Amino acid sequence: MTTETQKGTLFTPWNIVAGIILAAGVVVTIMRFTMGLGSVTNLSDNNPWGIWIGFDLLCGVALAAGGYTTSAACYIFGFKRFHGAVRPAILTAFLGYALVVFALNYDVGRPWRLPYPIFYQQGTTSILFEVGLCVFIYLTVLFLEYLPAALEWKRGFDKYRDILVKLTMGLTILGVILSTLHQSSLGALYLIAPSKLHPLWYTPYLPVMFFMSSMFAGMSMVIFEGTLSHKHFHHKMDDEYNLGYEDLQMAFSKAAAWIMAGYLAMKLLGLAMDNRWQYLGTGYGAWWLVEVVGFVALPCYAYAVAYRDRNLKLARFTALWTVLGIVLNRFNVSLVAFNWQLPSVDRYFPSAGEIIISLFVVTIGVIAFRFIVTRMPIFYVHPAYKDSSH
Amino acid sequence: MKRRHFLGLLGAAGVTLGSGATAKAASLGDVKGLPNAGGVLFDASRCIGCRKCEAACNQVNDLPKPAKAFDDLTVLDVTRRTDAKTYTIVNKYVPDAGKPPVFRKIQCNHCMEPACASACFVAAFKKSETGAVVYDPDVCVGCRYCMVACPFNIPAYEYDKAFTPRVMKCTMCQPRLLEGKLPGCVEACPKEALIFGKRRELLNLAWDRIGGNPGRYVEHVYGEREMGGTSWLTIAPKPSFAAIGMDENLGTTSAPELTSGALAAVPAVAGIWPVLLTGLYAISKRKEKIAESEKQAAVAAAIAKASADAEAKLAEELAKAEVAGKRRIEVEVKKALEAAAKAGEEGEDA
Repeated sequence: MTTETQKGTLFTPWNIVAGIILAAGVVVTIMRFTMGLGSVTNLSDNNPWGIWIGFDLLCGVALAAGGYTTSAACYIFGFKRFHGAVRPAILTAFLGYALVVFALNYDVGRPWRLPYPIFYQQGTTSILFEVGLCVFIYLTVLFLEYLPAALEWKRGFDKYRDILVKLTMGLTILGVILSTLHQSSLGALYLIAPSKLHPLWYTPYLPVMFFMSSMFAGMSMVIFEGTLSHKHFHHKMDDEYNLGYEDLQMAFSKAAAWIMAGYLAMKLLGLAMDNRWQYLGTGYGAWWLVEVVGFVALPCYAYAVAYRDRNLKLARFTALWTVLGIVLNRFNVSLVAFNWQLPSVDRYFPSAGEIIISLFVVTIGVIAFRFIVTRMPIFYVHPAYKDSSH
Repeated sequence: MKRRHFLGLLGAAGVTLGSGATAKAASLGDVKGLPNAGGVLFDASRCIGCRKCEAACNQVNDLPKPAKAFDDLTVLDVTRRTDAKTYTIVNKYVPDAGKPPVFRKIQCNHCMEPACASACFVAAFKKSETGAVVYDPDVCVGCRYCMVACPFNIPAYEYDKAFTPRVMKCTMCQPRLLEGKLPGCVEACPKEALIFGKRRELLNLAWDRIGGNPGRYVEHVYGEREMGGTSWLTIAPKPSFAAIGMDENLGTTSAPELTSGALAAVPAVAGIWPVLLTGLYAISKRKEKIAESEKQAAVAAAIAKASADAEAKLAEELAKAEVAGKRRIEVEVKKALEAAAKAGEEGEDA
């Protein structure tokens, strides 16, 4: 790939795999936009939303929550030692949201009308309107938060860069508000369909649960992304980043353990309030327990142990575990437990085309991340701005 | 109530800020303002499964011709749903083995407070004054949230169109209603299983039939209260609505009410968060400031103590030095005097 500069050869295993995914993605893209959704997806009248919503949108937004959690921890709650981690987290979030919007262009029938709900005719009674508006504004906020890094890289825009740096506090607060709103609203989307979502997953707490889980999803993603980045971009990191790095992973492990404990309590409360215990004995109940015990309770405990023993290795493993748990939860709400009463022939399973586009989108994200961190001051403070770093 | 749990959780602020007044697609007030809104009563006990309604619907709506002709009744052997080329279908059910089948016509129920209209983020769906829920393809983005939201699984999508895909569903023949005609299916029904009229009058008729034929019908008018009520009403022969594939557990809460709690949280969050977060920031900033000033005070005290000590020591040293100096002078003077005395003696001697 074009970003490969250090190794000399283009044909590294990663580049070959990425190249194949990109090529397949381009083919599916052409089919999607010339022959319609039906030609590449398994979507149907009973299953209008597939993995392009369940994964690209729901997981994409939840896993991009590291942006608001890290910047809030650093700027609002005063954990200044995490300062080095803010830029990577903001970049991950910005790319995440940008790709969510990019992927939505595949899923909606007439993507050129995506600005309609905001600029042409507003359906204010819709939860999706709230999601759309918040994601649109938050993507702009993330872009502005990311922009100083790009301006420092290109130089000569110090005036604008300084203005943006002064806005940091305001943008951070705005980011938390917008994230609270749309992270929870993604869960609230399903409140309108009590007859379609299995009672174990349908609860009036869905919005609160989606918001809470976005917090530990974001933190886990920061730990996970930091670990990967350390392997591949270590030469780009400065002392400030490296000094705060392990502290941050430990602090986020602790925070995630607490929030997951609260989330777990909320899950049980949801069952108790609507008295849905009897469903635990069914097949769906077993699956619910896999999600809640196997991917919330256990990683919650593992995070706590990792913090107590200052076991970085366990913390990093648990981060990946938690990320998978979030994906499982979003899949369960949007796909597995949705339309649970339909006969199995009418149920949805993603097509190869849908999976290829989802992989395509993730690959573009990784390439963009690599392109940016190898060029712009993300893991280090630019020498020219040492004294005015925000 | 589920909504109440959620609201309770968000606290009083959320409730007072928006009890869902703006959250309704077609609030009850609007519906009451449509006294002449029409509807259709479907009596499943009268339906013979002839598919004439399907044929009429296909014709008046200019829908594509189906693969199998409308007089081919083998189609009834499989359970179908509405799709992008079919606004209405008839399904066959056998509630009691050995007894004659019961047929059910399926189409948009034209909810009083439609889930699709509540869910649409471009307001492409509207409950019109005729009672019909109509769709505007000119603004539709194609997100298909209406299809997720619809409790009756009615809207379908033109997945095979690349440039102009639309959501497709029954319009209650809105264009014909506006011309004063009956919906196509109602006009075509040979058994009067479908009756068009004002919803209020249809409800009375439905209950009259149930009451006038004891033991024949399920004692319930489906659509009177389901999901806040629908313009299309159904009565069915015993044993149950579930036996003819209808969901009996939909509840009476309308779709807009299901999401109004979450929407009410928006102003609460947008109002409280900035204050709270700025407060938290101020607290953490102030803590820092206090810590800083305490540190400075401690340093200042330490410096003060150190300099006081130093001064005292200096004074002591100075005093010592003074004493030592005096003594040295005294010694020197003494020495000089002694020397002078000695010199005097020597001079005298000489």
